[in-house]
Amino acid sequence: MLLPVSRVVTRVAACRGSFLFRGFSSESSSESVKYTLPETSFKTYKCDPPPLEIEVKKNEALDMYKDMVLMRRMETTADNLYKMKLIRGFCHLCTGQEAVPVGMEAACTRDDAIITAYRCHGYTLMRGATVHQIFAELMGRSTGISYGKGGSMHMFAKSFYGGNGIVGAQVPVGAGIAFTQKYLGVKNATFIIYGDGAANQGQVFEAFNMAALWELPAIFVCENNFFGMGTSAARSSANPNYYTRGEYVPGIRVNGMDVLAVKHSCAWAKEWTFSGKGPMVMEMVTYRYGGHSMSDPGTTYRTREEVQHMRSTNDPITGLRTKILEWGFATENDLKQYEKEARAIVDEAAEKAKNDPYPKESELWTDIYVRGTEPDSIRGRECEEIGTVHKS
Amino acid sequence: MQTSRLYSLIFRNFTKTYYKPKFGNLNIHKNYFHATRATNEADKTAPPAEGFMTEVAQSKFVKNTREEALNNPELEETNVAQGETKKMNMFQAINDAMRIALDTDDTAVIFGEDVAFGGVFRCTMGLTEMFGKDRVFNTPLTEQGIAGFGIGMAAMGHTAIAEIQFADYIFPAFDQIVNEAAKYRYRSGGIFDVGGLTVRSPCSAVGHGGHYHSQTPEGYFTHTPGLKIVMPRSPIQAKGLLLASIRDRNPVIFFEPKILYRSAVEQVPIDDYELPLSKAEILKTGKDVTIVGYGSQIYILEKAIQIAEKNIPGLSCELIDLRTILPWDVDMVAKSVNKTGRLVISHEAPQTSGFSAEISASIMERCFLRLEAPIQRVCGWDTPFPLVFEKFYVPDAIRCFDAIKEVVEY
Repeated sequence: MLLPVSRVVTRVAACRGSFLFRGFSSESSSESVKYTLPETSFKTYKCDPPPLEIEVKKNEALDMYKDMVLMRRMETTADNLYKMKLIRGFCHLCTGQEAVPVGMEAACTRDDAIITAYRCHGYTLMRGATVHQIFAELMGRSTGISYGKGGSMHMFAKSFYGGNGIVGAQVPVGAGIAFTQKYLGVKNATFIIYGDGAANQGQVFEAFNMAALWELPAIFVCENNFFGMGTSAARSSANPNYYTRGEYVPGIRVNGMDVLAVKHSCAWAKEWTFSGKGPMVMEMVTYRYGGHSMSDPGTTYRTREEVQHMRSTNDPITGLRTKILEWGFATENDLKQYEKEARAIVDEAAEKAKNDPYPKESELWTDIYVRGTEPDSIRGRECEEIGTVHKS
Repeated sequence: MQTSRLYSLIFRNFTKTYYKPKFGNLNIHKNYFHATRATNEADKTAPPAEGFMTEVAQSKFVKNTREEALNNPELEETNVAQGETKKMNMFQAINDAMRIALDTDDTAVIFGEDVAFGGVFRCTMGLTEMFGKDRVFNTPLTEQGIAGFGIGMAAMGHTAIAEIQFADYIFPAFDQIVNEAAKYRYRSGGIFDVGGLTVRSPCSAVGHGGHYHSQTPEGYFTHTPGLKIVMPRSPIQAKGLLLASIRDRNPVIFFEPKILYRSAVEQVPIDDYELPLSKAEILKTGKDVTIVGYGSQIYILEKAIQIAEKNIPGLSCELIDLRTILPWDVDMVAKSVNKTGRLVISHEAPQTSGFSAEISASIMERCFLRLEAPIQRVCGWDTPFPLVFEKFYVPDAIRCFDAIKEVVEY
């Protein structure tokens, strides 16, 4: 593909291992503990639950902790940047839901595909974007992960088919991705994420049907945060047991506030699809602390007490933190140090993004058609007016 | 056309039964396959034009011999210039193009409602047998799903050839096509695209299609940067343009005027060739009036020109087939209008916000001082496509002739 040099560089960066670019590096360690997940972690439909006994490796637990801390810090800062009017347009934050992207990525390789809806910052980070690339995208700068052309809902990376703005539209797209994996005979799966609101879109059921009919390695993941925008699941869904809504597709409900349960169940679901049993519907029960988007305070349809209660009893970061200390994987001081590092990375990224340039005017008409086949003018504006449009 | 209509009606109902086997009837299933096989045999030789579009049968633009077919500057540059031709109707030419597409591209697959059985218009006949069920397969009745599914495949770099059984059924897929397919490249900054996606769909009037089997919805899609919209007029054009569309690295919607499937028959080069996208073609040169159309309307315009040139002595009209409707060949049309000073545009879709409005505005901007008369648009009326009033609704040769007369006498 023909791209200007500056773009190639950012893309390579986007595709590299994430930890390196986030400034963290974990020493390899064989230390691990045996742990039994609470029985309430899973509830299944038309299949047996995964075993509850798991092995947790030290560096894996620490990596997941660092990722969640970094993600929370990033979203908190994005919130501030939005309020400073440095981020415009729509912006949906995943504060509170960190365990889902982090646990899922821990169960994936970079060749497994992920496609999600508009609450995509966390997934983008986990798929290898840097905090700086995400902030730059949010602020519409040319250094953004989509070169500043997408914004909050439109972020992409290797094997990450995007944040998608239209509710439910990513679900059949994910089925197509899964079909291609099957067609190529590769041992990879596609995680197709949608919310409890999107679960009522017709396309979701169309995709279930195709995936089951053709036994695709498609894992449908309903992130149930109890509210489709401001409407509670009970008021929007005749059957709020989202893990059973595939009818003929087996399902599993997972405690989506426990990153270990998420990781373990995602790995199990991948095994399920690889064994030729077709798709799986997962319901990650989670909670967002903030509103649906920046224009929603998030307190009109639920009480402050409810949010506070969820934070103090179910927070994914606090949950893992307690376990790490209990298992002796790190000391209180180590964890504080991680949090400090995360803050430094995020602050530096925000500062850098603020000073980055906006995309060139010529970007207005790049990437509409493949280079060399675009019309000479678009609505009366000739390419030559800007002079930097690449014609081959 | 009676046969074709019955097929479409029966197959449509059949499909609904088929996907619910417990309510289905096994005999229907068996008979269905027998019927398919019988038709398949019969279709090996091109059936004669059925005469329901007399304009096509009498058209001078139809290439009836190998020499006529190959006497084409666009083909001279391809490897078919010295090759053989074969008599094919338009569905056979489309079938041939898809066979070549699958043969030359291992990632190419075809899917849609009933396509594994050959499709209601027989365009995919025999391809399942040739390439297997993995590459030519039926989907459920799920237009939005078909489009989304194709977009997912194409985002992985594969070639997805989707069929929407009738253009009238494309609207459930509108969101996927407009918001996902057309913008995938743009919103990802070029990281992903769905260039391998081609959506084929039969369109336009057929004599008795009624509201939901007659529409020509190109206008909705021409409002969407990122898409290409193509509509062929004949078997030779269909094969070359479809291969170009499939291989073009942008999502393309390929509308096939369904009335031409059987009625348009030509000697079609048997080898692999492409015809250029975004390039119009002058079918007849003239000096007084430029006439622009696409798809099956070309033959109506040809007849209107014959009537006009007979009734207005000395008149000479230039006929341009747009072929690609988005992005369209504005230069060729502007050049022609700068020469003739008069423009008549015609399409079957309703006039308001139809693509003729875009052509008219663009030409007015470019050729204002050269225009001798107001640009005329001859289109479908601004009503739903009617069943019983179809002959009144369509922009027929007399209405087109009227517009030519109007610009000449202005």
